[in-house]
Amino acid sequence: MALDPVFLSRLQFALTIGFHYLFPPLTIGIGVQLAIMEGMYLKTKDRQYEVMAKFWTKIFGLIFAVGVASGIVMEFQFGTNWAAYSRFVGDVFGSPLAAEGIFAFFLESGFLAVLIFGWDRVSPRMHFFATCMVALGSMFSAVWIVIANAWQQTPAGYKVTGEGLTRRAELTAFWNVVFSPSSMDALIHALIGAFILGGFFVMSVSAYYLLKGRHEDFARKSIGIALPFAAVFSIGAIVSGDLQARMITRMQPGKMAAFEGHFHSEPGKGAAFHIFGFPDERTETVRYGLAVPGGLSFLVHGNFHTPVMSLDNPGIVPGGVPPGESVRDYWPPVNMTFQFYHIMVGLGVLFIILTVYAIVLKWRGTLFQKRWLMWIFVFAVAGPVISNQTGWYATEVGRQPWIVYGLLKTAHGASESVSGAEVLTSIFLFALIYLLLFLVWLFVMDRKIRTGPEKIEAAPAEGPKDHWMDTAARYGDRASRESLTDVREDKKKDDTPEEP
Amino acid sequence: MTLNLLWFFLLGVLLTGYAILDGFDLGVGIMHLGARTDHDRRVLINSIGPLWDGNEVWLVTFGGALFAAFPYAYATAFSAFYLPFIFLLFALIFRAVSIEFRGKRDSKVWRSAFDFGFFAASALAAFLFGVAVGNSMKGIAIGSDMVYQGSVIDLVRPYPILVGAFTVAMFAMHGSIYLYLKTTGELQEKIHNWIWRTFGVFLVLYVLTTIFTLATIPSAIRNFEHLPWAWVVVVLNVLAIANIPRAIYQNRPMYAFISSSCTIAAFVFLFMVALYPNLIASSLNPKWNLTIYNASSSPKTLEIMAIIALLGMPFVLAYTSVVYWIFRGKVQIGEHSY
Repeated sequence: MALDPVFLSRLQFALTIGFHYLFPPLTIGIGVQLAIMEGMYLKTKDRQYEVMAKFWTKIFGLIFAVGVASGIVMEFQFGTNWAAYSRFVGDVFGSPLAAEGIFAFFLESGFLAVLIFGWDRVSPRMHFFATCMVALGSMFSAVWIVIANAWQQTPAGYKVTGEGLTRRAELTAFWNVVFSPSSMDALIHALIGAFILGGFFVMSVSAYYLLKGRHEDFARKSIGIALPFAAVFSIGAIVSGDLQARMITRMQPGKMAAFEGHFHSEPGKGAAFHIFGFPDERTETVRYGLAVPGGLSFLVHGNFHTPVMSLDNPGIVPGGVPPGESVRDYWPPVNMTFQFYHIMVGLGVLFIILTVYAIVLKWRGTLFQKRWLMWIFVFAVAGPVISNQTGWYATEVGRQPWIVYGLLKTAHGASESVSGAEVLTSIFLFALIYLLLFLVWLFVMDRKIRTGPEKIEAAPAEGPKDHWMDTAARYGDRASRESLTDVREDKKKDDTPEEP
Repeated sequence: MTLNLLWFFLLGVLLTGYAILDGFDLGVGIMHLGARTDHDRRVLINSIGPLWDGNEVWLVTFGGALFAAFPYAYATAFSAFYLPFIFLLFALIFRAVSIEFRGKRDSKVWRSAFDFGFFAASALAAFLFGVAVGNSMKGIAIGSDMVYQGSVIDLVRPYPILVGAFTVAMFAMHGSIYLYLKTTGELQEKIHNWIWRTFGVFLVLYVLTTIFTLATIPSAIRNFEHLPWAWVVVVLNVLAIANIPRAIYQNRPMYAFISSSCTIAAFVFLFMVALYPNLIASSLNPKWNLTIYNASSSPKTLEIMAIIALLGMPFVLAYTSVVYWIFRGKVQIGEHSY
């Protein structure tokens, strides 16, 4: 079998971006919560908030490091594997990347040093300022990178010049590139996805502590911040997702049709929305599907009968179908796009149910007694990881066969001078290194979480009687759930000083 | 001054910033195994702890700026140097990870593994940067279609390897001087010896590289005809190099550090002058060179990028100065250290 450098380069890009994108949404999502925690400490002077800020900063640092390491790869991979693409888009696409470096990365990395190492070197206010700047910097970097990606989806503010080798997109209006039709919708949705993940991550670790009866005040206060945070953004995700879907229907009708496996349409008949199903490209039907008739029309047009452009419509091909080709040549892989999209949407609905229910319980004061729900939260963090990933898969796979929508095909974007064997070598090495890196990261993360936050030595602010009752209640509670040896083990772990 | 020339200059600034700043933390990595005890190694890592990440951003921004200002050069260079660049990326990943993970477990095997990773990745990264510079000086087999015609084996030549070794030695010396500033006591005395040794190796390789360059790459000083004052940089560079042992001998390490920084800046400058107006020279036919004119973005993009740089660089310099100021002085190992 001949090694196809285009296919292999796509595979490598998918692998490296998929791995990279495990980390930045976490740092974006946790960063804002760090700022809230530290702000709360400055406001209330409650030591617990300081302990929280310090603990979550350490976690943040570990995630950030792998994000930086895997992110450098992304910056250079356009040139290494996608030289033809880089030549075509450089005039437009390079600017946001350079802006990301100048405006976001320097801000982030500079203040990250203060955030992680500066606790004893700067005043608490200055430290808080640094935390806010890191949170802001991580969001800025999302801004520029999503702007760059959005331009690939819905190009604007350019003109195509030249022929053959010198054919390229040239910038004509910078702000039209920044505010291309999809950029703001995509940016808001990506940031919201990151915030949901950040909220669920903090809840996961905190719920684990509560279940183990450790660091309970810490865990409750952390959930007190993370839960409303995750709930607000889970609801926000549906709103922004709806806006984005309408934009995609207008700008990339083929992608929307693939999201829904919408093969055929008739005048006056609305398009269905599938709860689930398996689109079959061969028979052009959705098999084993559960559909809401007219549902898609309702979502994008507000009524059940206006048709939505379907995959058999030549209108889905920007610039029209060239002679000798069929509209099918311009389909993205339909089933794959459909499934990724539906996994994301389905999880998004679950996030709302879960977080709103938890908020109701918290308001009633019974949340922390619901052990089963705490167990769900321990593992629920996987949900936003998957939905962030599949959301991007749907966006990128749904754009195929284009690398720049309507302008350049993916097949014409790869590096001419790089052989299939070279790409295969690098994929193999990336896979190996990322696997090792991920395992080591999990191991270190697991230890960090087991070690837990610093213990507060001094008595809490409330009266001694309350304190005594509190302690008794806590130990009583713990003893009723766990064996004595467990408690002892936990205590030992608790007392282990933080390793350098 | 045209916008193309301005961007060539700005790339030079970014490259200089990167080489000086990441130069010393790569150098710390190269010398890392020279420290024998765990405590000493922690001191070394923590001397660059808060700084290495920001230093690496100079490289990332250099890459972004090259992409935006000279996309054809970006595309050709990175696809031509495919495997070397992939290895460079692996080296940078390993470095970041080794620094971050090393201290997270109190196990000898764990720490030794990451110590070695930190050393090997730093040395490999420095070496590959030098190899890339050496190949750029020599020119590579670029065809009429701006595409690299050769293979990875063609990039492995004596001259680039010499420049690679020279870069490793230069960063090792630069890093040792930096460490001398950040350490105290016995460790500092040990590092004092490192400076002398690395300076010796650097000096030998400097002389060799200079001879090799002048003898085999006539284009290296071609532009000196138009830029007679470039000779002044050469002379100043020699003086700066000579000042390193003098300053160390007089126990003024800060002067030595400034001198080695100037030396690195001078090398980047001479490299850029040797290239100009090419970004990548074709060894097949000079007509096929990628120059700052035929490989550039449109004037409009260069102009917008210049505005972005103008707005952004003051902030960049401000953050960098603030962070270096906050973390000035000798290394102190505390609860938040690596």
